Amino acid sequence: MSTVMNKNLTQEIIESFSADTYTEANDLRKQAIGYLETLGLPTNKSEEYRFTPITKHLEKNFKWENKNPQSSINSIDDYLIPELDANILVFINGSFSQKFSKIISPKDQLSIKTLAEAFQSESTTISSYFDKVGRSQNDPFAAMNSAFWQEGVCINIPDKTIVEKPIFLLHINDTTLSQVIAHTRLLLIIGQQSEASIIEKFETTGGEASFHTFIEEILVSESASLNYYKIQNDKGAVCQVTNSAIQQLSGSKVSAFTLTLNGQLIRNNFSITIDGEHCESHFNGLYLLKGKTLVDNHTVVDHKKPNSQSNELYKGIMDGNSKGVFNGKIFVRPHAQKTNAFQSNRNILICDDATINTKPQLEIWADDVKCSHGCTTGQLDEEALFYLQSRGISKQSAQAMLLYAFAADVVATIPHGSIKNYFDLLISERLQKNF
Amino acid sequence: MLEIKNLQARIEEKEILKGINLTVNAGEVHAIMGPNGSGKSTLASVLSGREEYEVTGGEVTFLGKDLLALDPEVRAREGIFMAFQYPVEIPGVNTINFMKTALNQIRVHRGQQPLDAVSFLGLMKEKMKLVEIEQSLLSRSLNEGFSGGEKKRNEIFQMAMLEPKLAILDETDSGLDIDALRIVANGVNKLRSKNNATIVVTHYQRLLDYIVPDFVHVLYKGRIVKSGTKDLALELEAKGYDWIKNEVAVA
Ligand SMILES: Nc1ncnc2c1ncn2[C@@H]1O[C@H](COP(=O)(O)OP(=O)(O)O)[C@@H](O)[C@H]1O
Ligand SMILES: [Mg+2]
Repeated sequence: MSTVMNKNLTQEIIESFSADTYTEANDLRKQAIGYLETLGLPTNKSEEYRFTPITKHLEKNFKWENKNPQSSINSIDDYLIPELDANILVFINGSFSQKFSKIISPKDQLSIKTLAEAFQSESTTISSYFDKVGRSQNDPFAAMNSAFWQEGVCINIPDKTIVEKPIFLLHINDTTLSQVIAHTRLLLIIGQQSEASIIEKFETTGGEASFHTFIEEILVSESASLNYYKIQNDKGAVCQVTNSAIQQLSGSKVSAFTLTLNGQLIRNNFSITIDGEHCESHFNGLYLLKGKTLVDNHTVVDHKKPNSQSNELYKGIMDGNSKGVFNGKIFVRPHAQKTNAFQSNRNILICDDATINTKPQLEIWADDVKCSHGCTTGQLDEEALFYLQSRGISKQSAQAMLLYAFAADVVATIPHGSIKNYFDLLISERLQKNF
Repeated sequence: MLEIKNLQARIEEKEILKGINLTVNAGEVHAIMGPNGSGKSTLASVLSGREEYEVTGGEVTFLGKDLLALDPEVRAREGIFMAFQYPVEIPGVNTINFMKTALNQIRVHRGQQPLDAVSFLGLMKEKMKLVEIEQSLLSRSLNEGFSGGEKKRNEIFQMAMLEPKLAILDETDSGLDIDALRIVANGVNKLRSKNNATIVVTHYQRLLDYIVPDFVHVLYKGRIVKSGTKDLALELEAKGYDWIKNEVAVA
């Protein structure tokens, strides 16, 4: 793919969106367009997108002058998580759906506003936090989102507040009538000593192409705690780039879990900045792929302050022609002494045509730290398989048992019953563990 | 029940079984003895369907069926059980769930209803007593972190659960102290009946004090070079294997 073509596509995208009129964040949008122009869309030579041909995919599948269709979805029941009692925020084709959204937590536990509203009534929050920890300057798709975002939510949780009901963010792209391009955002501020759980779920229906960028900026204040779950189970041919930037202040705790099962081309840029002492970050990823799905998880944990620990475990099972990409960066800055940082990426390839590219990247400037990383790629253990079969268990069930054992151990750590069950259900279904 | 004729097998170009002949009838216990490396485990693995071993000649009939044509799980469902010399540790696979899946797939194969959770647990309790195994052990991942003796006991527990027609015990006595040995042997004896058969692979006479064989065979360099009654085992215990090796060399 030539650089000239990329330039053209970048320009084409910029021009198609510039025709829209935006009412908020016009200066930031202009700035972001500048970043996008400078960065350009990635080519196969771009180090960060070497294995993930998003630009090519965009070129081939989208008409940028088209507007998103109206969705005719009249129920979201199929997309809900069974028995999960949650605050539900729904986006359809990039627009916030008042009709399907539902807030059940009391007002003193949290404030939820659309970004459009927040720009009107919460200018302090916006000016302090909006587009501050995102990565618009570094990532062309983050820049694209910052330039052209359609809608988003701003969630503010005051200090010393335990939000009992999880916040469920549901993105649906309905491509029944035509292609959909959606750019959405989340700004989540968790006050000191507060606790919250967020679940993000992405769905596409219909047969046409969909392209979705999502930026989330999350601040976890002093001694606050966040449980975070992302479920990417798009049945349609979605191309998606998510940029997650979580910032942790002293004594805070984050547990994150990203489960990816379906979609065409998925790129997750997931970064945690540890900007305080005595923080804990656990982040798990599980990608169980088949068909032609490509999933690229780029993670960053940046230890800026001493005495914190991070623990990263990403696991993948690749079947069919699927491709997995994992890149895990750990930075330990000069002041961040006594950091404990662990990273592990483990993969099983079921099929000869499936591939994984995995790369750990550790940059450690402090000297008194404990860091380790490891990655393994293998097949199913033949001896274990035989043992199970020798007891009368079919090969298919034996395989499912072993894959499930490999995949599901991280699920056991999920504290919410209904979320745990749902993860378990999705994983069992994918691995055909039906016994 | 089992008829092995001129069975030959190899692994990675290496001939290991060089023509085994053996007939086992219902109700019988056969002991297979022999020095290390003579092919005892290979024979057990070939009978249970391990694919690494390539059968290069001969035939095996089990209850009238061509055993070598069956997948390992089908052999198990038809009634073959091998207690492994080295049971594999399988992290993340819960022993009870594993056993329930195995038992129910076998039952379905035999045209029986799968057991529900309650009946399964009832059966499990009963069989646990037989081999004196603790439930806490079975609640763990399959063999993970089990001691040598616990693994062997787990093998016999599985055998008790699955009620095979032909059990092949590969060095089930190795690594067991005398108490564990007695428990395991006791379990095996209680499961013996005129309808099933057992092949006990061992290279010590010790186990045969507890599980008394009808026949003893000596396997050496891939062949059964001598067969006899339990007295043969005592003779081997007293004299070692050298006289057998010499006999073979002379012949
Ligand atoms: N996986 C294997 N690869 C290569 N050689 C093997 C393998 N398994 C067994 N053998 C060889 O086959 C011969 C018989 O082994 P085995 O059947 O384990 O003997 P036994 O159980 O009588 O001690 C030995 O020489 C052993 O080294
Ligand atoms: Mg052996």
